[in-house]
Amino acid sequence: MNFSSRLLENAVAEFSKLPGVGQKTALRLVLHLLNQSQEDVEKFSYALTRLRSEIRYCKTCHNISDQQVCEICAAHKRDRSIICIVEDTRDVMAIENTNQYNGLYHVLGGLISPMDGIGPAELTVDSLVERVKNGDVKEVILALSATMEGDTTIFYLYKKLKDMPVQITTIARGIAFGGELEYADEITLGRSIVTRVPYENTMVK
Amino acid sequence: MWLQKLSLLNFKNYAEAELSFSETVNAFAGDNGAGKTNLLDAIHYLCLCKSYFNPIDVQQILQGADFFMLQGVFERAAQTEVIACSLKRSQKKQFKRNKKEYQRLADHIGLFPLVMISPYDISIIIEGSEERRKFVDNSISQTDNHYLDELIAYNKHLQNRNSLLRQIADTGRYDPQLLEIFNERLVASGQRIFEKRKMFMEAFIPVFNKHYHYLTEDAEQVELVYESQLLHDDFAGLLQRNTERDRILERTTTGIHKDELSFTIHGLPMKKFGSQGQQKSFLIALKLAQYTYLQQQKGFKPLLLLDDIFDKLDEKRTRKLMQMVSHDDFGQIFITDTNAERILRIFDDISVPVKLFNVDKGTVTS
Ligand SMILES: [Zn+2]
Repeated sequence: MNFSSRLLENAVAEFSKLPGVGQKTALRLVLHLLNQSQEDVEKFSYALTRLRSEIRYCKTCHNISDQQVCEICAAHKRDRSIICIVEDTRDVMAIENTNQYNGLYHVLGGLISPMDGIGPAELTVDSLVERVKNGDVKEVILALSATMEGDTTIFYLYKKLKDMPVQITTIARGIAFGGELEYADEITLGRSIVTRVPYENTMVK
Repeated sequence: MWLQKLSLLNFKNYAEAELSFSETVNAFAGDNGAGKTNLLDAIHYLCLCKSYFNPIDVQQILQGADFFMLQGVFERAAQTEVIACSLKRSQKKQFKRNKKEYQRLADHIGLFPLVMISPYDISIIIEGSEERRKFVDNSISQTDNHYLDELIAYNKHLQNRNSLLRQIADTGRYDPQLLEIFNERLVASGQRIFEKRKMFMEAFIPVFNKHYHYLTEDAEQVELVYESQLLHDDFAGLLQRNTERDRILERTTTGIHKDELSFTIHGLPMKKFGSQGQQKSFLIALKLAQYTYLQQQKGFKPLLLLDDIFDKLDEKRTRKLMQMVSHDDFGQIFITDTNAERILRIFDDISVPVKLFNVDKGTVTS
C-alpha cells in the first residue's frame, strides 16, 4: 500500500497488528476514526491507555479486575466454599451469564501445553493449591474445555488436589460445549454447572 | 467401485481437463514430464485426501493460480457418488461427497480404497523406518477411520512429552506428576495403535508371502517381520524404566514411534543385500498384498494405480503381474507409460481391452 501520509501509515500498521485484521480492514477502521470528532477519538485512545496501565488481576482469583480484589471475590453473598476453575476471563463471563453459579472462581490464565511452552509454572496453579490449603473450600469444580490441553490440565490439577480434603467435581463436557466454554449456550452451560458430577480419573480407558 | 469421470481445474500442470474412464484398464501414455503421473495423483488425492508424492497441499495448485479443484464421479455399491475437493491458497481444503461437506476428512478415507505402485516406493526399503510405518498406517487408515485420529493424538502427546523433557533439562525444574500425565496419555493411545498394527500385520504377512512367491516362483527366501518394543514389554513399564535415559537425551526413546518393519532376504537386510530386481519384486508384493488386504476388509476391489512400472520391471515379472491383472483379481486399473505401443502390445498379449489416453504438456486426448 502507498500512503499519502506517514501518520496514516503508522496508524494502519498498529491496527493491522490486531488478530484477524488485515491491511484493508485496518485502513477502513483508521479512516472511520478520522471522520469522528477529535473528542471521540481521544475518548477512544484514553480508554485503551487506561485499560493497559490501570488493569489489575485479582490477587485471589486472578480474574481481570479494577481493584486488588475483584467484585466477585469481594461480594459477601457469594458462596466461599466452592471454587470454579476456568481457563480465562471469558469463561468467567460465560458462567456468570448463566445466573446459575454463586461460588468463587480461579482463573488459570491458560492450559498446560509443553509444546507451546506453557507449563504449570506459567499458570496460577500454585496459588490455587494455596487457596485450597488455607481456605474453607469444600468443593472445586473443574470447568475446562474438552480439548487435549483441557484434559491434560484437568489430570494435573486432579493429581495436585486429590489428597486434600476437598471434593473435586467436573461439569459435563463434550459435544454440548463445542470444546469451548465461551461458545456454549447459556442454558446448556447453566444446566451442566447445576448437574456437575464428582470427577473420576477417566483418562485410562 | 470404479471411477467413471475425473475433472481437474488448476491441478499441478493441468489448467483444465476432463476424462471419462473404462471400468477395466486405463492407460496414460506420454513423454516424461507431460503430466501422466499427475493424473494418478489427482485420483489419489480424491480418494485419500492428499498427494501421494508431496505432502504440501498448496504446491498442488497450478503455478499462477489461486486454487485447484478436483471432481470425481464414482460408482460405488450401485450408487453414483460425486466427490469434489477444492483448495484455495491460505484456506483449509474442502471435501464434499454429493455436495455435502465432510466434517472430518477421516470419514472419507477408505470409502474409495486405493493402492498406488510407483518408482518412489523404493523409499520404503532404503529410507528410514518412518517410511515403513507410513505404509502400515496408510493401509490401516483405509479400513479404520479412527486410526488416524489416534495417531494424531499420540504424536501430539509425544511432542508434548519431548518438549517437557527439554524444558526439564533447560530449567532444572522437574515435576514428576506432569511427566506421569504424558506417560499415561502416551500409554493409553500407544497401546491402542499397537494392537491395531499387530492385528494388521497378522493378516498382512501371509498375504504378502503368497504374492511374493507367485511373483518370483520361490526364487528367493524373504521375510517380513513386525518389530515393536511393545511386543515384549509393557509400555508403561518401558517409559518408567527409561525415565533417566529420556531425561538425558531430552526425548522419548520408547514407544510405537519406534516400530519397525524388517525386510530380509536369505536372513540378511533387503536394503543392503537385495538386488534391484529383488527389491522391486519385494515392493510390488508389498503393494499387491495391500491391495488384497483392502479387498478382504472392504468386500470390494480398490483402485489400482501403476506408475511407470514397465520401465522398472523385467519382462518376466511384468508378464506375471499382467497375468494376475487379467485373471480378474483386480478391478479398475490406471497405468502410465512413456510408450503407447508397449502398453497396447502387453494388454493385447493377454487380451484385455484398454482405454488409451495420450498425455502431452497438460492436455489429454483419448
Ligand atoms: Zn477475584
